[in-house]
Amino acid sequence: MSEAVGTMDAEYTSTGLPNRKMAMWAFIGSECMLFGSLIINYLINHRRNLQGPYPEELLNIPFITVTTFVLLMSSLMMVLAFTAVERGDMKWGKVWLLMTAVFGLIFLGGQVYEFNHFYHEGLGLSTNLFGASFFILTGFHGAHVAVGVIWLLSLFVLASMGKLTQENALTVEITGLYWHFVDVVWIVLFVLIYLMS
Amino acid sequence: MATTEAHVPEGRTKEPSLYGGGLWSWVTTVDHKRIGILYGATALFFFLVGGLEALLIRYQLASAGNSAISADFYNQLFTMHGTTMVFLAIMPLNVAFFNYIVPLQIGARDVAFPRLNAFSYWLFLFGGLYLNASFIFGGAPDAGWFGYANLTSTRFSPGIRIDFWVIGLQLLGVSSLAGGINFVITILNMRAPGMKLMRMPLFTWMTLVTSFILVIAFPIITVGLVLLMFDRLFGTAFFNPAGGGDVVLWQHFFWLFGHPEVYIMILPAMGIISEVIPTFSRKPLFGYPVVVYSGILIAFLGFGVWAHHMFSVGLGPIADSVFSATTMLIAIPTGVKIFNWIATMWGGSIRIKTSFLFAIGFVAMFIIGGLSGVMHSSAAADLQQTDTYFVVAHIHYVLFGGAMLGIFSGIYYWFPKVTGRMMSEGLGQLQFWFMMIAFNITFFPMHFLGLLGMPRRTFTYQSGLGFEDMNLMATVGAFLLGASVLLFLFNLLRSLRHGAPASADPWGGSTLEWAVPSPPLHCNFPTLPRVEHRDVLWTQPGVAKTLEGSCEGVHMPSPSLWPLILAFGITVLAVGALPPVPLPVVFVGVAIVVVSFYGWALQPVDH
Repeated sequence: MSEAVGTMDAEYTSTGLPNRKMAMWAFIGSECMLFGSLIINYLINHRRNLQGPYPEELLNIPFITVTTFVLLMSSLMMVLAFTAVERGDMKWGKVWLLMTAVFGLIFLGGQVYEFNHFYHEGLGLSTNLFGASFFILTGFHGAHVAVGVIWLLSLFVLASMGKLTQENALTVEITGLYWHFVDVVWIVLFVLIYLMS
Repeated sequence: MATTEAHVPEGRTKEPSLYGGGLWSWVTTVDHKRIGILYGATALFFFLVGGLEALLIRYQLASAGNSAISADFYNQLFTMHGTTMVFLAIMPLNVAFFNYIVPLQIGARDVAFPRLNAFSYWLFLFGGLYLNASFIFGGAPDAGWFGYANLTSTRFSPGIRIDFWVIGLQLLGVSSLAGGINFVITILNMRAPGMKLMRMPLFTWMTLVTSFILVIAFPIITVGLVLLMFDRLFGTAFFNPAGGGDVVLWQHFFWLFGHPEVYIMILPAMGIISEVIPTFSRKPLFGYPVVVYSGILIAFLGFGVWAHHMFSVGLGPIADSVFSATTMLIAIPTGVKIFNWIATMWGGSIRIKTSFLFAIGFVAMFIIGGLSGVMHSSAAADLQQTDTYFVVAHIHYVLFGGAMLGIFSGIYYWFPKVTGRMMSEGLGQLQFWFMMIAFNITFFPMHFLGLLGMPRRTFTYQSGLGFEDMNLMATVGAFLLGASVLLFLFNLLRSLRHGAPASADPWGGSTLEWAVPSPPLHCNFPTLPRVEHRDVLWTQPGVAKTLEGSCEGVHMPSPSLWPLILAFGITVLAVGALPPVPLPVVFVGVAIVVVSFYGWALQPVDH
């Protein structure tokens, strides 16, 4: 068959999907197991408290609803970033990449504020199992958001240097997969931790 | 047109000239064949380390009331024996085969992510060194390979032994997860034209199934280890009853990973013998689709049996009954495979070679191990058997008699392909029988010891309970087993230098790796094969000729140092996480990680 086909050829794959995109899906699969385990741990442990503060005293649904909305909007920005890069519009691509990162940072700011507030209300990591399981679960999620923000800002910088172009649309798409996954995880956390408290 | 003669190695180097190039080329390699060799050599080294730990254990248990080894050191020995054999020997030996063989079998030039592949190896090496460094920094982990809470709490395990274990396993987990993702993508996406899934070699199929299990199971243990780490380092109480936590929760997390883990260990060996048996019977695998579906079913069901490790915990009759039932169920696809292997041999044109002997040995020993396993599936019976030497007998029949014999079969089978030389057949067959006899002398008595009531994981036993003779027998057997391993190593190393030159296909195999030279060209396939059927070499006789040529003009991924640097950075981070180490070390580790992420991402694959 063709000599041109080989490990370097991004075109030919058995399924038609690019390797990197499939790898991100496989990674997301493993992350589902990671967050699933952390969620199960939270569900089991968040009411096994020998002392307060207790969830209903601290969880502020209105505030987190706003930050959740911000994160949801960032996913919209991500989609806009991808479609812009895909059609070669790097000017708007950069704008939307930056906006996605900014909204992610706003969300993280909200998390930092909330963690700080909880801590000052007497809930630390080792205070009780609600604190332990809450901080670890939302902390892991926040870390994933932070990695995503750094990633998005890196893409923004590369694009500003002219090194990210329409040819790299797949990279932006894969970034989008990661970002949307992080967002979906937050929806689940928002429902389980806040709405069902 | 290039010839397909074997590359005969010259000089005093261990590897043929294809593998020459000096230390730097090995340190920066992204070639799946070299990475496979690195995995194999490193894993064999750790196998010897784990074997030494076993011999020390057996030496201590040779007589009642022995005090050759202290209770404290004994606990470290059985913990590290288990941890080493599972994570540093069997799993990486399997990965060595995945690496070398799978791309050749699917007609690919490398794996999907060659640098990620190299990263997995380096992190495995550093993780193994990290775990074993504990011996000289306060003592090795000593709470069993399964680390039950709350023995592993800071209250009952002060010091940093368990921290080495908790953090070291996380390093290895990242390595395995990366490898699992790599092989899923490789097998799904990089098959040669015409190689549909049901035309793939069975070893490749088992690699695919195992890789899926890796991706699903490892995050679970990672979470468990993180929670334990937080308990130990930051005072949380997940597994601490005094703080409201539950020790049984650890067991659930651990075994949810731990049971699929044993299928991670055995399925590749089953894949190996599913290649070897047809080759030496000159007959296609009987019931190939059934063997494939059984493998998939085992992987799936394997996530539903975990609490059979917890029958004495007090989960209640409903949980015990359900897990008894699912455990019995999983014996079905496993048993089916046994019949497929036997039926493959039936009516075949049998040639006895060492590799084939090991494959038959696998079938026989795995039947025994499987039978004792299904005896454990009854929760009622298991209450007698659990935590006794009956379990030790079972696990060694399936893990040594099963996984290791399968691995030895694979080594004898594929050694010619990897090195271009044949191993000594006479020495090999001698080694096989020696190993089989020694293995059974070592582990068969343990069935009786267990049913007589000898408990596991205790450094000595009283006289007068009827344990002495069989323990002595097991110890003698163990040392003989060690000698048989040395004999194997002797054969291996001598054959590297003096083995007869091997042709491309010394056994008459049916899969694509036998269509290329021994050892293969750097790019594997100058032109990619076109596959029409299963058992390609038997159904498409001219296919080897279509693969001749040179690698000129074929672009392969360039070597890279970033995988090693990233693995090193993560290891520095892990060292910094140990309590006595100053916090800045963590930041140094993070810095190296961040720099290598960028270095790797910005380096083109082909530079």
